[in-house]
Amino acid sequence: MPKDGGIGASTKRREDVRFLTGKGRYTDDINIRGQLYAHFIRSQVAHGTIRKIDTRDAEAMPGVVKVFTSADFTGVGGIPTGWQVTSRDGQPMLEPKHPVLAEGKVRHVGDPIAVVVAETLEQARDAAEAVEIDIDELPAVMDMKAAIQGGPLVHDEIGSNLCYDWGFVEENKAAVDEAFRNAAHVTTLELVNNRLVANPMEPRVAVGDYEDHSGQHTLYTTSQNPHVIRLLMGAFVLSIPEHKLRVVAPDVGGGFGSKIYHYAEEAFVTKAAQILKRPVKWTSSRSEAFMSDAQGRDHVTRVELALDADHNFTALRCETYANMGAYLSTFAPCIPTWLHGTLLAGNYKTPLVYTNVKAVFTNTVPVDAYRGAGRPEATFQLERVIDKAARELGVSPVELRRKNFIQPDQFPYQTPVAVVYDTGNYQATLDKLLELSDHAGFEARAAESKARGKLRGFGLAHYIEACGIAPSNLVGQLGARAGLYESATVRVNATGSITVFTGSHSHGQGHETTFAQVISEMIGIDASQVEIVHGDTSNTPMGMGTYGSRSLAVGGSAMVKATNKIINKAKKIAAHLMEASEADIELKDGKFTVAGTDKEKSWVDITLAAYVPHNYPLESMEPGLEETAFYDPSNFTYPAGAYGCEVEVDPETGKVTICSFTAADDFGNVVNPMIVEGQVHGGLAQGIGQAMLENCVFDENGQLLSGSFMDYAMPRADDVPFYSVDHSCATPCTHNPLGVKGCGEAGAIGSPPAVVNAVIDALHRGGFTHVTHIDMPVSPSRVWQAMQG
Amino acid sequence: MHNFDFVKPSTIAEAVSALSHEGAQALSGGQTLIPTMKQRLAAPGTLVSLTGIAEMQGVCLGDGGLHIGAATPHAVVAREAKAHYPALASLAAGIGDPAVRNRGTIGGSLANNDPAACYPSAVLASGATIVTNTRTIGADDYFQGMFTTALHDGEIITSVVFPIPEKAAYVKFDQPASRFALTGVFVAKYAGGVRVAVTGASQDGVFRWREAEAALTANFSPAAVSGLTVDSRHMIADLHGTPAYRANLVKVLTGRAVAAAS
Repeated sequence: MPKDGGIGASTKRREDVRFLTGKGRYTDDINIRGQLYAHFIRSQVAHGTIRKIDTRDAEAMPGVVKVFTSADFTGVGGIPTGWQVTSRDGQPMLEPKHPVLAEGKVRHVGDPIAVVVAETLEQARDAAEAVEIDIDELPAVMDMKAAIQGGPLVHDEIGSNLCYDWGFVEENKAAVDEAFRNAAHVTTLELVNNRLVANPMEPRVAVGDYEDHSGQHTLYTTSQNPHVIRLLMGAFVLSIPEHKLRVVAPDVGGGFGSKIYHYAEEAFVTKAAQILKRPVKWTSSRSEAFMSDAQGRDHVTRVELALDADHNFTALRCETYANMGAYLSTFAPCIPTWLHGTLLAGNYKTPLVYTNVKAVFTNTVPVDAYRGAGRPEATFQLERVIDKAARELGVSPVELRRKNFIQPDQFPYQTPVAVVYDTGNYQATLDKLLELSDHAGFEARAAESKARGKLRGFGLAHYIEACGIAPSNLVGQLGARAGLYESATVRVNATGSITVFTGSHSHGQGHETTFAQVISEMIGIDASQVEIVHGDTSNTPMGMGTYGSRSLAVGGSAMVKATNKIINKAKKIAAHLMEASEADIELKDGKFTVAGTDKEKSWVDITLAAYVPHNYPLESMEPGLEETAFYDPSNFTYPAGAYGCEVEVDPETGKVTICSFTAADDFGNVVNPMIVEGQVHGGLAQGIGQAMLENCVFDENGQLLSGSFMDYAMPRADDVPFYSVDHSCATPCTHNPLGVKGCGEAGAIGSPPAVVNAVIDALHRGGFTHVTHIDMPVSPSRVWQAMQG
Repeated sequence: MHNFDFVKPSTIAEAVSALSHEGAQALSGGQTLIPTMKQRLAAPGTLVSLTGIAEMQGVCLGDGGLHIGAATPHAVVAREAKAHYPALASLAAGIGDPAVRNRGTIGGSLANNDPAACYPSAVLASGATIVTNTRTIGADDYFQGMFTTALHDGEIITSVVFPIPEKAAYVKFDQPASRFALTGVFVAKYAGGVRVAVTGASQDGVFRWREAEAALTANFSPAAVSGLTVDSRHMIADLHGTPAYRANLVKVLTGRAVAAAS
């Protein structure tokens, strides 16, 4: 019997009422009296020396208030990097300055050079055409290997394009090499993890406001983590103390990682509002988003898998070139390292793993986390090389995986790549997948496809991810320059309703619904009595925001912790009112009872007593019912699952059609199954998008060839199948109070290798056995080209 | 977008007069021009809308075949040409998305002559006649390369006349992002022979594949083209396909169009 409320109920998303009726309040909906409009003038070349910027004609044009250049930002800090990675030789990564506006040089198409601020946006755009900019174009460096082999320097002052050269686990390197020398079989694969543009439906927007009389700054911005922006921008860029800087991230229309970072435009509008003493607004166009939002992926990898004569994996060795773009975005350095290298054990008991990652500066848009962030790259290379190994050895890819799985009785499992998996059952998800996808009927379907002249293939991929990014003391050792706890304040109001202030941020995840379900379950009141407030640093406790599938696992846990404090205090009040021992008080369905008696007090009796403390133990307890908790987890969470994809390939055109896609996930406990399934659906669409359609491409001069939806292929509804999604094989997380693992990124992590494995399987079944790999996206032309040999 | 003046004449004569002024630009459905203006890549001083002219609207049978007013939106062609020329109606139904189909017009598409647009293939394969305010132009003379046509400055397409074939079909292979034709082939079988027109593939815009026409005139079956080869030398190379890939699509889609022709 499905529940109609609380944990486990598919409660409809309350936020959708405003979103679907056009009542959402996004940053672009915020207009402040006297507001000015900013238009950024961006570099049209990938690399060049700025000789001259003449703003005089533009500043004389109607409505123009000021044209800003880097000269107006002397004394302002660069955009900081939130994670420091250490190279194999013990040296810290190279960290060039990332100015708010280009200083002396431009380093990628889209690099902001100047900003026109005017009374209207059209006036600003008109004037931008009158700003005279003289740039001496320099040779652009696009290829990562060329960049570190004497290519033009992106940042002259650091003397190299190699940001860092990271080895992990460095101590294992010799043992890994030895295992490869002793291997019965070695499978090698070279692949590219294609660069992606996040493309949330809502482009970025920033509105800066300044109160001259109080010195109070306010930034409204499309952010996944307003407190992080306040910290980074306040402390490192503009030197504004937290109490004078309020950052508000109202309704945000999707982020997928691209709205984690602190961007130059945020610092610009905040500073410009102070200089001009008027609010300043910037709204990104879609074209600007393509060249100014941090992009994702872009790894070039060589992966090798060593197996013994019994087909046990004995070692994995990887070398990855990771594109940083022209500047280090906020969390860029940690994506190809700690969010990538630590996942290379996958679901397998491979005893030895070594990966070398070279992070490289190129004249391209900066790259940072995008849904999955490092884990999709790890999963893709691992699941592709395993499939290739199975093919080379002539064994079933299903059975080769099964043979090498970490066994259910091996948890907690210490991997050779630092992390300890708390729980999991990979056999169970695999069995569930094979059942749901009717694997037994595959050959019949393949025969039916063949009769129609089509090639059918099945692809399997397993994934694991490390989510709920934390604990702080560990990430600090790994180079994080921030804590990764989460916070919540639970404010019980006098008449029993509850307002929760969370440091997490909801931009599509449905926190307002699911967090209320958790409170409803814990206290036994209706979820309608609970309001979730997020996104404003002026009323929420310091939190680290939402990314890495962390909100429920970390933010939800903070809320549970605060709610437990509430319950403990409420029980004390109840004990006092019912003249009973606190130990005998039970809370169930919103009622406090005394064990073994018929005494009873309602939730509202207690909350009222807390705020009207006429009969109250004032000598031992404060009135009121409001608690704050910070939760810092003891480990990551490890969602895992098995994904299966069936495709049909048209051998005449190379077109791939996905016939079915099945996902068997282990997310631990689930609060709202409907929302979880929606998250998986969205993740799968993005993963299938990466696998089949999306590709961000620059030409050799650094011009963006896929700079609009005319050439950057986003998945449409008819590009994806109806999914079969299951999360019944749950092994709850052992170290957070809800037993939850997180579900936001799984779909995007597990699906790309499943799709590519299916395409390769189809081609092999069709006799195209020379095709061992096709880089993503497996577009019709690429598949056809591969078939030609 | 820069400021501009806007006029909406109700007769062809008024439109011609309005377009004779410097900086004037004809606007039909605006599905290409308006986005270009929004990007500030075009800044005409005056837009002369052609969608308010009654004689440039509608689909009807007449001398020489099916007459389609140049300002007729794709959605109307999809609906009203269906009974007379189903392959043409089907082509119109597959252009862009509902917004494009209800704003974009056949005349606008032909005047623009985007190398990946669908309509030019139907016009060329049908040997249609482009009727302008001053003359008629045969399809074989009209298309003169990518974004280039026989139209003079200020000349307006008023209608297009399609001879109705015995059998025809259009098969489009979508460019994955834009869903314009990565390659599209229109095959039309007339008593006098078969015409095959290809869009999306060539650097020179829409073209006739004459070897296929000869083969199909002799034997109207997919097998007739299976032994032919397509010259890839002038094919487009871009993110979505190589010249060789497009050449392959020309052949594959021609065979499929023949099989689908009705």
